[in-house]
Amino acid sequence: MRTLNRKLLRDLATLKGQAAAIALVIASGVMTLVIAVTTLDALSLTQQRFYEDFHFADVFADLKRAPEGVARRLHEIPGVNQVETRVQASVRLEVPGFDDPVRGLLLSIPEGREPVLNQLYLREGRLPEPGRAEEVVLSDAFAEAHGLRAGDRIEAIIRGRLTTLRVSGIVLSPEHVYQIAPTDLLPDYERYGILWMNRRVLASAYGMEGAFNNVTLSLQAGASEAEVIDHLDRILARYGGIGAHGREDQHSHRFLDEELKQLRAQAVILPTIFLLVSAFLLNVVMSRIIRNQRQQVAVLKAFGYGNPDIAFHYGMLTGLIVLLGSTLGIGFGAWAASGLAGIYTEYFRFPEMSFRLQGWVVLLAFAVAAGAAMLGTLRAVWAAVRLPPAEGMRPEPPARFRRGWLERSVPRNWLDQPARIILRNLSRHPVKSSLSVLGIALSLGLLVMGAYQLNAVDHMIDIQYRKVMRMDLHLTFSDPTPARVHSELRHQPGVLAIETYRSVPVRLLAGHREYRTSILGMDEQPDLRQLLDGRQSPQRLPPEGLLLTDYLAEDLGLRIGDEIRVEIQEGHRQTVVVPLVGLVDEPLGVGAYMQRSALNRLMREGPAVSGAWLMIDAAQEPALFASLWDLPGVAGIGMISEAEQHIREYMGDTILMFALVFVLLATSIAFGVVYNNARIAFAERSRELATLQVLGYSRAEVSWILIGEILLLTLVALPLGWLIGTGFAWALNHAFSMDLFRMPLVITPGAYGFATAVVLAASLAAAVLVVRRLHRLDKVSVLKAVE
Amino acid sequence: MAADTAKRPDGPRDREAVFETRGLTKTYLMGEVEIHALQGVDLELYAGELVVMLGASGSGKSTLLNIMGGLDTATSGSVRYRDQDLTNASDKTLTLFRRDHVGFVFQFYNLIASLTARENVAIVTEISRDPMSPEEALALVGLKKRLDHFPAQLSGGEQQRVAIARAIAKQPAVMLCDEPTGALDSKTGIQVLEALQHINEAMDTTVAIITHNEVIGEMADRVIRLRDGRVEDIHEHEERRPPGELRW
Repeated sequence: MRTLNRKLLRDLATLKGQAAAIALVIASGVMTLVIAVTTLDALSLTQQRFYEDFHFADVFADLKRAPEGVARRLHEIPGVNQVETRVQASVRLEVPGFDDPVRGLLLSIPEGREPVLNQLYLREGRLPEPGRAEEVVLSDAFAEAHGLRAGDRIEAIIRGRLTTLRVSGIVLSPEHVYQIAPTDLLPDYERYGILWMNRRVLASAYGMEGAFNNVTLSLQAGASEAEVIDHLDRILARYGGIGAHGREDQHSHRFLDEELKQLRAQAVILPTIFLLVSAFLLNVVMSRIIRNQRQQVAVLKAFGYGNPDIAFHYGMLTGLIVLLGSTLGIGFGAWAASGLAGIYTEYFRFPEMSFRLQGWVVLLAFAVAAGAAMLGTLRAVWAAVRLPPAEGMRPEPPARFRRGWLERSVPRNWLDQPARIILRNLSRHPVKSSLSVLGIALSLGLLVMGAYQLNAVDHMIDIQYRKVMRMDLHLTFSDPTPARVHSELRHQPGVLAIETYRSVPVRLLAGHREYRTSILGMDEQPDLRQLLDGRQSPQRLPPEGLLLTDYLAEDLGLRIGDEIRVEIQEGHRQTVVVPLVGLVDEPLGVGAYMQRSALNRLMREGPAVSGAWLMIDAAQEPALFASLWDLPGVAGIGMISEAEQHIREYMGDTILMFALVFVLLATSIAFGVVYNNARIAFAERSRELATLQVLGYSRAEVSWILIGEILLLTLVALPLGWLIGTGFAWALNHAFSMDLFRMPLVITPGAYGFATAVVLAASLAAAVLVVRRLHRLDKVSVLKAVE
Repeated sequence: MAADTAKRPDGPRDREAVFETRGLTKTYLMGEVEIHALQGVDLELYAGELVVMLGASGSGKSTLLNIMGGLDTATSGSVRYRDQDLTNASDKTLTLFRRDHVGFVFQFYNLIASLTARENVAIVTEISRDPMSPEEALALVGLKKRLDHFPAQLSGGEQQRVAIARAIAKQPAVMLCDEPTGALDSKTGIQVLEALQHINEAMDTTVAIITHNEVIGEMADRVIRLRDGRVEDIHEHEERRPPGELRW
């Protein structure tokens, strides 16, 4: 082995504490990258495979009823590849041993066969046999939630008749990867299930023999989706079509896409922040380590080692640390990512998760970490080799001392000698001190960002369920119902308050942008479902005009006073122009709102409602449910507390899981930085500190100089770190804003406090470690050694 | 003891000049103070001679040595090594020059603490054209038995002898020694000087020793006195005294 390499290994052994701390910082940065990119990759890859293998359709359309013969015309639309007509129906289900209301969606499949599009993956059992009227297959999430297996029975109320169904199999569908009821924000597997049965049985139950009320299409390569949809809409308009849509508006796909978008944001912003911070720290730390070896560099040069040799030597030193850090980061990152991918399979029902660690991710992680480290190393090596060796071997010229502003700003007699030494040490190397402060501040910033994420999720859900959704129950009717249902519901057992609403599916158009949603027609001053303004106080609905969620308005490029074209997707299906009169600030979901009477006018209908919000007496819940289910026209009953609990669990499993990992990583970065700062300060001062001890200072007094310096740097870094953290949180918040949810940018004092406490604890730990080293210092040998 | 008294067959000036400086000046900043270390030095060093440069601290002797050794560059004037002009040589040229021709010995040894005696020598032999083995070099300075000791396990004199072994291992044409005995007691210092004289005689290496110790001058072919950055006086000895006879 070359002697220089031996020196390398021994140097590394001497630096082991510092090297480990740096490796930790690198590992943290690399880990965030690997987690984010790998999880993203696993989800998109799995999605893509499932979609391809099971022929996920490209275009979807609901309609009232069309004769099967229309399917031929759909085939002839230019660009259409395959057509699958279906019968679908909403049903109420009764699962033995489960009292809450359960909604179901019944979809037809060809007699005993796989459909052409949206094929089913059989997890268990078999498809319904041809001609077997009572056989169904269940979506696996629903089956799992109730412990249902092939051979079990459930009951469904089909067209008012209680029918017993036999489960012949458990399936997954590319159409329902994210299995969620149409009005929900999050899946509720216990209360919403999807069932497939033979078409003939389903059609006869709903009077759809020789007809269909749902169709899905696949497109030829290169076909224009928009043109096909236009064409399809024109054909289906006569049959009560309510507007076809592509995958982007398909419920399950959209949620999956949102999740991928969020992951993509995460994959970009978090590793970027983490890697930049670790790159900066690496840069600072490596350059200081090498500056301490300037004499060795000079000796090597004196004996004829060239600059490339020396650069290579220190490059290797850094390289080994980077290798260690990256390997740890990649290993733990892959491990954490596979765990997270497992959590995602809970929410996104795929046949299997295609998890892989891609070569380019590994390479990218190495490259970024190595690049950052090398930059710092080479800069320091350059500074060291640029010095003529004669100068490098001379002790550094005595620093220019002055009384810095820091010292001048404190009355003279307040400072004892050690305090003066601390202040002068810091102000004598303003750049070095500033870099240390910036390093600590950056790690504090990461912690603030992590803590913000942890708090913000709770805060967001609190706003949604304490201020916006104040009802206990959410009823939906199968068809628009006369408003007098209000008084009927008011007299149900246990109903304390009630508000009804009208919901109309629409397409909002602004310039070339469009968005599919529903307009919610509400009371003038809704109380159970509030619309908050920017100051979080409830607002009143003006008699005319539309309010939009602020995020949606921004997305559509609309400002108050602008006109919005609204394509109504129900009833007469007219297009109207409505002014935007207000913005709604809400953290979950997006929507459009107006007064119910105005919406009824827009629909050219009487005072109709689509559903109701109820506040109830919990004690009378069972009686109320029994009574509500007996009302005709009630399609679904949603329990808000259940929804809240679900969203908390979901956030806890996904975002909070990430946030927790990041807080842990930020903590290790904070410690890595502070400890390295302290170690370097110790190395730079050991001679001075030993001298003081020789002169009769006690260990405690000498320790204080070191601790005081670490503490002072940390204290100066705190406000800067809070500022940086706020900036990071803002960036994260921006990257994470999406249809599904937007976290409020509220950083609680608790978040700042937590981050600060972690950094202070890290400083304390670093101080203790360094002071122990100081106590072991051999004063005489330090004084003898050449500087 | 006449046998110990080396008599040169010819005067140094009959030999080839290894180094030649003309009008050499050097100014540098130390903190906020401007130091004129050299103020016009004209000088030759000849092949195979042992020169002692004497001078008080601040006389410019270390600066002169550093410039001749390619560790530093002059502010003005010229310096030549044989037919090679070092005056404005590039960093790369100076590196190669040091690697191929010069061995250094420093007052504070400048050993690499993380390497053993053998490895401290090997670090130089590995990049040399025609080196002796580290073991051979260490044997020449009487450290055959301390090969695998780390610097911290060696006495000051032993450390300096490792430094000399490191310098001679590459069989350089010139050895430049900056206060090689400065950090040592006289007995150890003499051992180190004996090692240097041995190298000078056995390998015909040009040896330049910087010191402020007048006594050491007696072992030299020539004594060059520096004062305030100028050559004050050059004195040639007819006979050199062996280091063993020196006392201080």
